[in-house]
Amino acid sequence: MKQVLEFEKPVIALREKIAELKTFTKESDLDLTEEIVKLETRLEKLENDIYTNLKPWDRVQMARHAERPTTLDYVEQLFTDFLEFHGDRYYGDDAAIVAGIAKYKGRPVTIVGHQRGKTTKENIRRNFGMPHPEGFRKAARHMQQAAKFGRPIICFIDTKGAFPGRAAEERGQSEAIARNLMEMSGFEVPIICIVIGEGGSGGALALGVGDRLLMLENSTFSVISPEGAASILWKDGGKAKEAAEKLKITAPDLKELGVIDDIIPEIRGGAHRDLASQAELVDQAITEHLSQLEKLDKQVLLEQRWEKYSNIGSFAK
Amino acid sequence: MLKDFFSKKKHASKPSEEAKQDIPEGLMLKCSDCGKIYYREEMRKQLYVCPNCGHHHQLPSDERINNLFDEGSFMEYDTDLNTGNPLGFPSYTQKLEKDQLKTGLKEAVVTGEGTINGFRTAFAVMDSRFRMASMGSVVGEKISRAIEKAREANIPFIIFTASGGARMQEGALSLMQMAKTSAAVQRFRDAGGLMISVMTNPTYGGVSASFASLGDYNFAEPGALIGFAGRRVVEETIREKLPEDFQTAEFLLAHGQLDDVINRHDMKKYLTTILDIHQAGGNVS
Repeated sequence: MKQVLEFEKPVIALREKIAELKTFTKESDLDLTEEIVKLETRLEKLENDIYTNLKPWDRVQMARHAERPTTLDYVEQLFTDFLEFHGDRYYGDDAAIVAGIAKYKGRPVTIVGHQRGKTTKENIRRNFGMPHPEGFRKAARHMQQAAKFGRPIICFIDTKGAFPGRAAEERGQSEAIARNLMEMSGFEVPIICIVIGEGGSGGALALGVGDRLLMLENSTFSVISPEGAASILWKDGGKAKEAAEKLKITAPDLKELGVIDDIIPEIRGGAHRDLASQAELVDQAITEHLSQLEKLDKQVLLEQRWEKYSNIGSFAK
Repeated sequence: MLKDFFSKKKHASKPSEEAKQDIPEGLMLKCSDCGKIYYREEMRKQLYVCPNCGHHHQLPSDERINNLFDEGSFMEYDTDLNTGNPLGFPSYTQKLEKDQLKTGLKEAVVTGEGTINGFRTAFAVMDSRFRMASMGSVVGEKISRAIEKAREANIPFIIFTASGGARMQEGALSLMQMAKTSAAVQRFRDAGGLMISVMTNPTYGGVSASFASLGDYNFAEPGALIGFAGRRVVEETIREKLPEDFQTAEFLLAHGQLDDVINRHDMKKYLTTILDIHQAGGNVS
């Protein structure tokens, strides 16, 4: 059973109706083709209306969709020879982050990404994609190697946030995130970061400092979850929908604020509708940006990266 | 040991909104830890460290600066940066104005340079009386610029942190200040600069997870609460009661997260020693 989102219920209902009429036509003597064509036109228009006018909260639902493609889904589609490596060498292996090396159209790359599960069992194993310090340190280790061997780094961001647990605090969650932010700003290789689902706060940013920060059209990137913001600001977690609007967490809003560099379009109805087609759009974006970045001299690359971050912010006149 | 006797009372409880406002007003001051009452002026002379129990209360940024830097040496940076309301967030501007009125500060951080026993140093002091010293665009920009100035002048950078985290009302713009400030630290590091971070109560979220943790040396004041996620959030997540000293400076020290915990009264002397050692052996001139 596919997960149906609130805002797309009319679309699903209409689709079911069409399917019903088709079956009916096939099984009876009554020809309803004319009716079906009419409904299909209406469906086309309805889908267009709904999916091109998604509200921030609709996108939050989309970004959290259980079947939304994850890091490993894209890795399988876009890269060859992927080898996943484990562990931070200090404490353990955090399954909420995957990291390894692969080839992208023949050239070596390092891949790092948050990994959530699609089933409850897998989600428990991967802690719902919420990393502990060892996850961030594993990521750091692989990115350091990428810098050493001159491989571009591709990061996939897909997390509700760093895990707010006791053990995470004891092992230095803050330091692990801070170190990634700092080191990523200084690696002398191209870094492309792509938000594919939820980009929650510091835990997302810890894989998000680079030459390009791209977002899938229906992903989100936020300083705090809409629920968290609503509960702090208005003492009412139920006002999450309102908070989602106010916080400006969607790709179009963040492009306008200068936080992200580009938006990767999604296929109609969301990335989960067709992984292969969606992966093609991600592929195009990686190719485009990587070819721009690969031309740059190391010093220019770093200087541009610094310029990009030092210019983010907004001040009153 | 005498030290153990004191350490029992070192846990700072996160000050409530009312408790925080206790400090700038009134003639008398009650220690939020042991309950003893003092004249404000007496407490001020003690740098707001309770003479009875050693509890470190919030120290206004101007008093910290006056206490730490040699007389007449202080020069403030970037006084012309003003906070806007980039997201048009409801009641944000009013909240800022209220805190500006209350504290006389324009924003939650004061940056500048001065000398500490003769050692020229750039610095930033965060002030939690202002919007819980949350980090928005201006806070991030001022800190980042101060680090850049330290790099250009080839002088050390010292930061006294205090913050509830990122400033929600500026959304992802505030989140990105973590990246900006951390990138500035990386540049400073590459240039051989000395950075010292002193975490004061409280240092959380986006500040804890960026520059606060990135000093060559990371210290904290006694009892300061420091962490990524707040205690309540952690308790709700793991459904478990946390130890009383969870996230205190002493707890972090025991878990290998800090170089040391330094009493406010000893701070100037301690920092002077570090500056002196690095002048003698390091790249800092």
